[in-house]
Parts: sequence; C-alpha cells; structure tokens
Amino acid sequence: MSMDAMRYTDGTVTYPPHPVGPEGGEPLETVDLSEYEATVVTWTVSTATPPGVRQPNPLAVVEFDVDGEPVRAIGGLVEGAEATIAIGDTVQPVHVDELRDPDAGIREPASQSWDGYRFEPV
Amino acid sequence: MDRVAVVGASMTQFGQRDEWILDLLTEAAQAAMADAGTAGPDVDHLYVSNMASGEFEGQTGVANALAHDLNAVPAYTARVDQTSSSGGAGVYQAWQSVASGASDLTLLVGGEKMTHRTTGESTDVIASLTHPAEYKHGVTLPSFAGLTARKYLTQYDAPRESLGKVAVKNHRNGVDNPNAQFQKEVDLETVLDSPVVADPLRLYDFCPVTDGSAALVLCSESVAREYADDYAVVSGVAGATDTHVVHERSDPTTMGGVVESGEAAFEMAGLAPGDVDVAELHDMFTILEFLQFEDLGFAEKGEGWRAVDEGRTARGGDLPINTSGGLKSKGHPLGASGVAQVHEVYEQLTGGAGPRQVDDPSVGLACNVGGFGNCVITTVLEEAGA
Repeated sequence: MSMDAMRYTDGTVTYPPHPVGPEGGEPLETVDLSEYEATVVTWTVSTATPPGVRQPNPLAVVEFDVDGEPVRAIGGLVEGAEATIAIGDTVQPVHVDELRDPDAGIREPASQSWDGYRFEPV
Repeated sequence: MDRVAVVGASMTQFGQRDEWILDLLTEAAQAAMADAGTAGPDVDHLYVSNMASGEFEGQTGVANALAHDLNAVPAYTARVDQTSSSGGAGVYQAWQSVASGASDLTLLVGGEKMTHRTTGESTDVIASLTHPAEYKHGVTLPSFAGLTARKYLTQYDAPRESLGKVAVKNHRNGVDNPNAQFQKEVDLETVLDSPVVADPLRLYDFCPVTDGSAALVLCSESVAREYADDYAVVSGVAGATDTHVVHERSDPTTMGGVVESGEAAFEMAGLAPGDVDVAELHDMFTILEFLQFEDLGFAEKGEGWRAVDEGRTARGGDLPINTSGGLKSKGHPLGASGVAQVHEVYEQLTGGAGPRQVDDPSVGLACNVGGFGNCVITTVLEEAGA
C-alpha cells in the first residue's frame, strides 16, 4: 500500500500522478506520501453526502513537504478528528480499505480504486 | 468584422417541473424563436447545452430529437456538454457558428431535468465529474465550496455574515423574477441558522436542484434588424480551464479559468471591468460570487465580500450582480444556467427586465462556471448601437 504521487523530470511533484507534469516535465518516479506528514490547508464537514458515502464526511485539503516541494492532496479525516482540527494542524495518512461503497454510486466500480488514505491529527 | 447579435431569448419556469427534458427544451426553443419572429426551417445550426440527460433520464440524442420536433431538419445539431458551464459553452459554440459564417441563424437551447432524482442521486451525478482521487473520498461540489469558504474567510478575515448577505440579496432579486424557482425573500438570520451542508456553509448558501430550460437566437448584426428592433451584441466571449483536480491549485481562493476567460473576453470586447453595468455570476454557492467578483477584476483579491456588505451589488448599487436571482434563487438546471444568464443580460440591455430592470445599462457580463472552476465561460454583451 502506498499513496503514490509523481515526481517529474523538472522536480515538480503532483498527487495524483499525471502523464505530464504541471511545468511540462515527464514522469520520473513515484513518491509515497504515506511516509510523510502534512499540514491542513482547509477542511469541511460535508453532511449532504451521495449514496455509499459516510455521513457526515469530514474532508481536508492538506499540503505535504516533499524535500522542499509542496504537494497537495484531498482526503477524509478519520472519524472524530473534525471536533478539534484546525487550519495549520499536522496530520498523517492512514490507510482505509474501502473509502465508500463502490456499488452505491453512479461510477462504474471497476473503473477506479476505492481504497486510499484518510488523515489523522499527529 | 460583422458582430454576432442575440435577437431572441427565453427561459421557461424554473423549479420542479412535470415535463421531461425534450418538452422543456422545446418550450424554451419555441419561445425564443417566437421572440425573434423566426421558426424551425430558418435555423442553420441548433446547439443543445445539457450536462447529463443520459444519466438523469436515460435520454440521449436530445439535439437531433429537438431538431426534428422543431421542424428544423436538416439543421446541423450538436449537444454541448461542459458540466455546469454547458450553457456558457453553448453560447461560445453558437457565437462561433455565426462569426465563422457557418450559420446564418443559430438556435441555442440549454436545459436539464433533475428533480425526479433524490438530492443524493443528483449530487452524485454532478460529483461524477470529479477525478477518481476525489470521487473515492465522497467529494461533492458542495464540499469543495465548504473547503474554499473556510479558506477564504480565514485568509481574508471576512465575516461569515457576508456570505449570508449574498443569499439574502439574490433571494430579494428572485422575488421579481416570475420564472425563478424561489420568489421569496429570506433574512440573514434564516440563512445563518439553516442546517449545515458543508461547514461553514449552510443550506441557504447553496442553489437548489432544478428543472428548466432557456434559449437564445443568434445571427450576424448586419441582419439583426430583420428579427428584432432591440437586440444585444456578443462583443466578447472566451472559455478557459483550470486544473481538473481542484486541490492542485496553489491558491484555492482563485479560479484561474475565471481570470483567463474574463481577461480574454474583455480584451476581445475592448472593454474593462469598470465598463460593466450589470452582471450575472455563477452563484451555485454563495462563496462563488465573491471569487468571480474578484477574479473578473471587479475587486482586489480578498476584497470582494465588501461589495455585497456595502450594498454595491444590490439592484440599486453601482454594479448589480444577479438581478435574475442568480442560480441561488432562480435555480440551477445545469445546462440551462449559462443560457439563462445571457437571457437575463439580454433582457437588461434591451430594457425588457420589468421590475428587475437596472438603470439604462449598456454593457453586461455573464460568467458560467463548470465543475469547481474546472472550466469557465465569460461572455460580454453590449446594447445595440454601442
């Protein structure tokens, strides 16, 4: 299990990976973000969730510092974290086998992965 | 170059409608053609702005079906899908068809039928535009709005009440729009006490789920008088994208697609933000009105909230925003919204806005946002003779 970001030939890093980097670089190597801590950029608690999604669904945008290169990601917060979380807090990724019920939503279940990482305050 | 004119426009009643997508599209199309004194056989190009009739209703091929029902065959037809900005993309497509000389008369119809689905199902259809890395977390468009609103309020020290005032203003405007889904004023207390949807945003910070349709008839300005005494000119139109993965933007409070499309549309029109007299912005969420107000150049970044706070964007203010009631009060039938925005600006510029009329505007703007700023169309319109 890994939270794969992509490092491009020009040094930029994105999550998720793209076939071309934001400055035009070619994919060079993956970087496992699950080994890093991140800072909360912003967060919300979504209460009107679609079929197959936990309710409420606390979410955060976080920023990793990968050897001086900022890399942002979105993900859920672990249950209960919304009670104390604040912008600027430090979090770490925690793996979850199934983030939402793949069979309940409109998207074809086989078209993408459904495991991933939520964020836990450090 | 001969400019492109809007010589007819319409919108249906927005709200919970019994009709299905083809009937809604037909209703708006026939009303717009009647407004322009034209009919199906005159139409060279017919564009249908629609995000998801297949997903909502199991009905595809709507553009061709509409061409047949309107007796517009053998008109060229295509469906234009750009998610929530399908309507604006249709305006761009319709403009191109006339400006290029490919079409002498173009009919653009935008519409969506949504309310037969539950709110959860509709939310999921719309959220299906998100990247797999977003979708698997249950990310919805409202949740993007909550994330952005918290960042904006914190970063610029803006009061939560200022967002509520957008809802109050646009509901007030909707009272005077007989086609609006909501024609009811709300007070600030009601907005601020409504149920939380995506913290810090509450129910009244969000547009409703809506059925409806809107339509425009476009031709070259040189022949516009054959169809209408009063018309509006599309003097600038441009589209742009931002990152599809929303969190990859370095500044979450800026929508790059609004900045880019706005600058390009103003440049094409030879105008500046200060020239605009009335504007329709894509207030799918209250926070979006601030972001567009700033990103179009009407205010410095982080200062847009002050305009609504000071009443400058009210109907009697110096730059009225969303005189139609906006998506917030008028409703947001996805593919129809960008067309309905231009319909409102057309009515304002031709003096047909009735009780919503602002004082003699000569330049209007519509900004239609798809995804969460993923794709944006900005259109600048001017009164005839300008």
